[in-house]
Amino acid sequence: MSEANTALSDERIKNTSRLRTALIRPELGGICGTIIVFALFLIFAGDSGMFNSQGVMNWSIVSAQFMIIAVGACMLMIAGEFDLSVGSMIGFAGMMIAIFTVTLEWPVWQAILVTFALCIAIGALSGYIVVRTGLPSFIVTLAFLFILRGFTIYLPQLIERRTIIGGIDDAAEGDWLAGLFGGKIFGGLFQWLGDNGIIATFERGTRAGDPVVDGIPMLIVWAIGLVIVGHFILVRTRFGNWIFAAGGDAQAARYTGVPVNRVKILMFMFTAFCATVFATCQVMEFGSAGADRGLLKEFEAIIAVVIGGALLTGGYGSVIGAALGALIFGVVQQGLFFAGVESSLFRVFLGLILLFAVILNTYIRRLITGER
Amino acid sequence: MSETQKPIIQMSNIEKHFGSVIALAGVSVDIYPGECHCLLGDNGAGKSTFIKTMSGVHKPTKGEILFDEEPMHFADPRDSIAAGIATVYQDLAMIPLMSVSRNFFMGNEPIRKVGPISVFDHDHANKVTMDEMGKMGINLRGPDQAVGTLSGGERQTVAIARAVHFGAKVLILDEPTSALGVRQTANVLATIDKVRKQGIAVVFITHNVRHALAVGDRFTVLNRGKTLGTATRGNVTQEELQDMMAGGQELASLEGSLGGTV
Repeated sequence: MSEANTALSDERIKNTSRLRTALIRPELGGICGTIIVFALFLIFAGDSGMFNSQGVMNWSIVSAQFMIIAVGACMLMIAGEFDLSVGSMIGFAGMMIAIFTVTLEWPVWQAILVTFALCIAIGALSGYIVVRTGLPSFIVTLAFLFILRGFTIYLPQLIERRTIIGGIDDAAEGDWLAGLFGGKIFGGLFQWLGDNGIIATFERGTRAGDPVVDGIPMLIVWAIGLVIVGHFILVRTRFGNWIFAAGGDAQAARYTGVPVNRVKILMFMFTAFCATVFATCQVMEFGSAGADRGLLKEFEAIIAVVIGGALLTGGYGSVIGAALGALIFGVVQQGLFFAGVESSLFRVFLGLILLFAVILNTYIRRLITGER
Repeated sequence: MSETQKPIIQMSNIEKHFGSVIALAGVSVDIYPGECHCLLGDNGAGKSTFIKTMSGVHKPTKGEILFDEEPMHFADPRDSIAAGIATVYQDLAMIPLMSVSRNFFMGNEPIRKVGPISVFDHDHANKVTMDEMGKMGINLRGPDQAVGTLSGGERQTVAIARAVHFGAKVLILDEPTSALGVRQTANVLATIDKVRKQGIAVVFITHNVRHALAVGDRFTVLNRGKTLGTATRGNVTQEELQDMMAGGQELASLEGSLGGTV
């Protein structure tokens, strides 16, 4: 067609500024927030040990914890649904691993695999209920929040007459799967860094000469791995397009043949998977499971996702943004401690940044859709 | 449309009942490739039921539909899409927050193999989207522009271009101009003209006689679930179509006070 080539520019299309183009990237808020947070703590807590090897490891672990659950929550939110049962799922999964290994004396790998299967099945069930009934996922997963927490408190009391089950670390010794969640990697590298004086080493005691930080915990490896896989699926695959479509407008997506229900149920299962990864890492680290583990984690995950630029209404967001939201979260929580600020003020900060992020996101949404 | 061509869709004496309500009471229409067949009717005339029957959403209670001279029985709308009947609904099936190219390929994403992994071929999707939109006379800022920033007419054009690109033989447009301004309506009508010239049968549903006359080759009027015959271009005036749609009487009494401007 000749017309296609003649009119390549259209006078009705206004040139947009670079700022405006940058603003509609979902990660922008997360990137700015990360820069601001690091700048602030470098100024106010730079000499407090927050940025030596031990301090970095401290806030990295906390951030990685948030990141693992934020990836799941982010992809589910983009698909247009919430999961309020993430925190309870963490407690439940940890308790199941403990009961299987300590009470039933299963090998740890078997306990972990069965727990994963069980929790993903519960995720699928809540997803199935949501798509079949058409109820808001808010209500359905709120029910699961109480159901799972209730079992997490009831089962250990019934079986072991206590609410914390320990002794898993002994059972996990030498287990091939437990190392995937509780171990550390790059020990040799950190030993070398310590030997060469790049990072601090213990000066006395039985571990004299060992580096203070002796490896990257698997928790952090899981977090980075999940962020990469999640981002790839969302941005680079056909299934990722379906996730955006399912959350953007489920009816429109169905018209064009997107299997919306399958996408949503799979995202509920993925969220449950992330929660179980979190729980397994935590249980392997502490060697015990407690009935109160994971309290409020569902909200922390959602806050990280929102700081990362995702819309609560679905259809828009970014896994990288959610990961940056988790990083901000972790750095501020630990940084306030290093800076000597009263830790309860962290909650004030959290509320303020959440409010700010939501207002910013709403504004960006208007920019994208051209609403006034 | 030439006389030697065979109709792609033939519907004869279609009836559709919903319980005790008779939505369609004997409708006969045939659609030829490369024509723009306008289906006119006032609100409640049965237009929506009719196109849903044609696109496989409803099964007719009585009557027969031939598609490519074969009896048509589609189990669900996906079958009819696969056969080449594409419907562009008023609500468009577009997602405002997603880019034009992501919308264009929604449900039909192109795949490129990177080792064992299939990835969304964004380069191909972007290129095809820009080409197809260019053919329709719409210049996008870029394929990553969100659909939400497009005007109503441009969105209609994206939906039409998408249907054409994915091999539609029959394109059913459900009131594509009803919510548009003058300029945008002209764009959509121009798009319909381009699609028709590619040999695709266009079924244009509207209640606006002027829009129908601008692009239509043949005109079928629906009134109270019945067809009042099909007229060809040049053999019918705006007033005649208007009268048939309104059932002949009611509008006549109004016309005096409105000065014949309806």
